[in-house]
Amino acid sequence: MRAAGERLYGTTDLPVLLPPGERLLRRASRERTDGVPRLTLKAWHGAVIAAVVLLAAAAAQAQGAAEARPGVLTALWKWVPLLVEGFLFNIAISFLGMGIGTALGTVLGVMQISLLPPVRAGSWIVTQFFRNAPWLVLLFFCMFLLPFEFRVMGFVVPFPDWVKATLGLSLPVMANVSEIVRGAVQSIPSGQWEAAESLAFSRRQTLVQIILPQCIKRMLPPWMNLYAILTMATVLASVVGVSEVMTLTQRVLSAESRPELLVPFYGFVLLLFFMYCYPIARFTHKLELRYVVKL
Amino acid sequence: MSSSSETAATQATWTPDRPIVSIHGVHKRFGDFEVLRGVTFDVMKGDVVCVIGPSGSGKSTLLRCINALVPIDEGSIQVAGQEVHDPKLDKLALRKKVGMVFQQYNLFPHKTALQNVMMAPIQVLKQDKAEVRERALKLMKKVRLNGKEDAYPGELSGGQQQRVAIARSLAMNPDVMLFDEVTAALDPETVKEVLVTIRDLAEEGMTCMLVTHEMGFAREIADMMYFTDNGVIVESGPPKEFFANPRDARTKEFLGQIL
Amino acid sequence: MEDFFQWFRWLYDETGINLTILYDSFDRERMVRGFFNTIYLSLICLALSVVIGLVGAWLQGSPLKWTRRIVQGYIQLFRNTPPLVQMYFFFFALGSLMPRMENEYGIMEPVLSNWHWAIISLSFFAGAFNVEIFRSGIEAVPRSTVEAAESLGYTRLKTYIYVVLPLAFRVCLPALNNNLVNLVKTTTLAYAIAVPEMLYVANQIWSDSVNVPEMMTFLLLAYVVLVGLLVHVMNRWERAMRLPGYGV
Repeated sequence: MRAAGERLYGTTDLPVLLPPGERLLRRASRERTDGVPRLTLKAWHGAVIAAVVLLAAAAAQAQGAAEARPGVLTALWKWVPLLVEGFLFNIAISFLGMGIGTALGTVLGVMQISLLPPVRAGSWIVTQFFRNAPWLVLLFFCMFLLPFEFRVMGFVVPFPDWVKATLGLSLPVMANVSEIVRGAVQSIPSGQWEAAESLAFSRRQTLVQIILPQCIKRMLPPWMNLYAILTMATVLASVVGVSEVMTLTQRVLSAESRPELLVPFYGFVLLLFFMYCYPIARFTHKLELRYVVKL
Repeated sequence: MSSSSETAATQATWTPDRPIVSIHGVHKRFGDFEVLRGVTFDVMKGDVVCVIGPSGSGKSTLLRCINALVPIDEGSIQVAGQEVHDPKLDKLALRKKVGMVFQQYNLFPHKTALQNVMMAPIQVLKQDKAEVRERALKLMKKVRLNGKEDAYPGELSGGQQQRVAIARSLAMNPDVMLFDEVTAALDPETVKEVLVTIRDLAEEGMTCMLVTHEMGFAREIADMMYFTDNGVIVESGPPKEFFANPRDARTKEFLGQIL
Repeated sequence: MEDFFQWFRWLYDETGINLTILYDSFDRERMVRGFFNTIYLSLICLALSVVIGLVGAWLQGSPLKWTRRIVQGYIQLFRNTPPLVQMYFFFFALGSLMPRMENEYGIMEPVLSNWHWAIISLSFFAGAFNVEIFRSGIEAVPRSTVEAAESLGYTRLKTYIYVVLPLAFRVCLPALNNNLVNLVKTTTLAYAIAVPEMLYVANQIWSDSVNVPEMMTFLLLAYVVLVGLLVHVMNRWERAMRLPGYGV
């Protein structure tokens, strides 16, 4: 017998407005599986950041007009191509990191639901380890402990900083993807496993044909949210000296050495991230709504 | 009732004069709790058997044991001569013989009704797709759902989903069908359409084992009634006798409550 | 105790595993301070972020539209930008605008040190999450429960103290804990503005003693154990506080 509440949420096709407490608990438990807070970007955030950049630039412009130096906007404009190039590097790192993290994480997540206790325990430990370690520490770890080149059969394979940073960022992604996969698989009702089993599907067939396809829809929103978080985390690579957008910004700022440039330049970096992450957050939100309604 | 020496002999050669499902002294424990405490009975081919009893009496567990969804601790269950309580059990072969329908339907929500019916024969039995499709369409017609082939489970009513689930099991051409409280989760108005489908099956001579609370239906279609309580079979008999004058006090009490 | 520490010097001589933080009292003290700095930073930011959360939640209930909008703007801004950039923005951009003062040695220095900025930026970052959490938690207490309490003769204040807040707290707890765990992990960012927490101290030590692998491994394990313990304790606490039939 189903409880009355469960029936209400489970069987109706109408959007159900959950009471706030339940909404909060659901979000908390979802954030726990995702391992990262959810991104809730809105269009006006971009407008605010853009306004800050422009206002600060204009104010500084007015201030600096007295001195015989090029205006703040001119300075910003001069450096935009370089900064955008740096930002594209961030995107490249995020793609690569997400790819590696997802591939490893999916394997790890499936291992977490293995029937073999040692495999299950091992993958659980690995997952928890990389989930609990701060991103920055993992980044340092990969930065300093991976060699700068590999020798494979006499060939020297260089291993530049940005590759190491990418690996460092993909480790927490891996752990979070692993939890997302495990959470999604466990959210599939056990009846699905039983039904497939009684139809003579093997465990592997059940997983590949029946369980995982149903999981994809559930995994997509947290996975995309994780991607946006990873994109924002790529700035951490600046701490270990990879020439991505934040590093370049700081170099430009120290080369220009004009304090009035600080606010517009940092604001511009925020704006770049916003313009990239906002559409992702929008789309994620849409997907999530669709999923909540159609349970 | 077959002794254990006969059991071994029947392993390879099952003939229609022997029970198609033979349950002997089955025990099942979940931790400290013993759900089944020595259950024994036979089902002949073409029989319709109804198991009733209070909730928690082990009826559903018994069905799950027959399908090897739940391993048993002691005793023997044979399906068409194949021993289920055997570490080397060929589960695929067993499940080809035994179809099961669940209380919560358990359709695969990411596949259409027709795909649900076709999936297992194609992916598990590796049968020809066109052939399976033809058979699946016939089955959809048989459960009176022609026209709903392309609907997703979420778009079907409970009764319709349950009939798709029946068709899905039938697509494997089983010898025995197990029905585990298949109408318990349904709205009263859709219960009937599912029961009609099961009755059609029974009349065609399909061997059916039902765990049910639908007493009227059980009286109508069953060849044999079993009443379980506390993990044992308390009383059994043909429905007429069983309902008219139950002998055991517990059966009387249960029927008194429910009828 | 000293023997225990000296064993690691022997370990270094024998195997080259150089754990200066154990046998060298200077490094050891530095590391211990770094560890406590991380804890201190976490705790003080936790406390401040809870205060920010409570004030924010209270302000969000304000009848003034613009008050609510400003709080909402604050929440969204801090939730959706990289915390590292926030910290840079605070320390470099806002810090550059702060007046300078003469310190006791007669050197001009900013009114707010890197410590202050780290605390401010991390508290505001975590506080943005807390506002939403507290607000939903208080909303979660059904109106009927409040009415029941009031009809039993509770005053408005007592209703809050004995009924609303205990219930709201239980609802908030899982989300608050997520936030706390995140906060502890985020304190590593203070490294970027030279606050001597664990990561920063570890960096100093490995620059001095050239024992990067040892320090890196130690650091990683230290964080994993610290956060793992925290998660474990929080989970147990949540289980103990869970009310049957209330929430998920």
